[in-house]
Amino acid sequence: MTDNDPQIDRLFHALGDPTRRAILDVLSRAPTSVSRLADALGITLTAVGQHLQILGECALVKTEKVGRVRTCSIDAAGFDRLDAWTRAHRHVWKNRLERLSQMLEEENSD
Amino acid sequence: MEPSTVHNTFVIEQLYPYPPETLYAAFSDPARKRRWFADSEERVAEQYDLDFRIGGLEHVIYRMGTNTPFPGIALTTVGTVQDIIPNQRVVTSQTMSLGDRRISSALITVEFLPNAAGTDLVFTHQAAFYEGSGGPEMREQGWRGIFGRLEKALAAQK
Repeated sequence: MTDNDPQIDRLFHALGDPTRRAILDVLSRAPTSVSRLADALGITLTAVGQHLQILGECALVKTEKVGRVRTCSIDAAGFDRLDAWTRAHRHVWKNRLERLSQMLEEENSD
Repeated sequence: MEPSTVHNTFVIEQLYPYPPETLYAAFSDPARKRRWFADSEERVAEQYDLDFRIGGLEHVIYRMGTNTPFPGIALTTVGTVQDIIPNQRVVTSQTMSLGDRRISSALITVEFLPNAAGTDLVFTHQAAFYEGSGGPEMREQGWRGIFGRLEKALAAQK
């Protein structure tokens, strides 16, 4: 069965690069300015910009300009899509046993 | 379609931070078993019945959605409880059908092994998948379709 969802293609393309995964590592700890990101990873501002564009297109990262500083942060939308894809491709029983876990948590938290 | 059979066994072990009694109750009480076994956020069973005693039947019916390759067709599972040792073991046999075609038959053994951290649930699924079942993946098709529809609905809101 082929999976011809262009959004998923973009997501996996974005995640297929080690520098872009390093950007996600940094941002998962805290929002960071573009220039600090370039410093942290030892790459040029131009390179960071290109990576951020690819990460932004699939909603893994969002950027926002506050004053003169452009700040990047993790965008939950891309991760939700990734999570949905993973759950849909996991075995039906893995999902059931996870739901069992959630149900027991709810029942025992009262 | 040429008859063909694929045999498959898989085991899932999962630790739950609860005593075996808590897990056993989630398997033996029909209302609670339905919650995690038959219904999910993505899909709700049209019918679920469980007569929890040795020889008792478990019956699940899903109706395939319009976004699946089999719109309106029933996906039915009929199971028989084969063995029960309270708080220790539950064994079920079950056959799944799509419309009136049988697509798989399985023997499912669930064991509850208590330890210091809670209970290890050992789940063993042994099955014969028949032609047209597409193996375990076929069951997921409906789910993928539903996720696809959700994506579109969310995208349309933007």
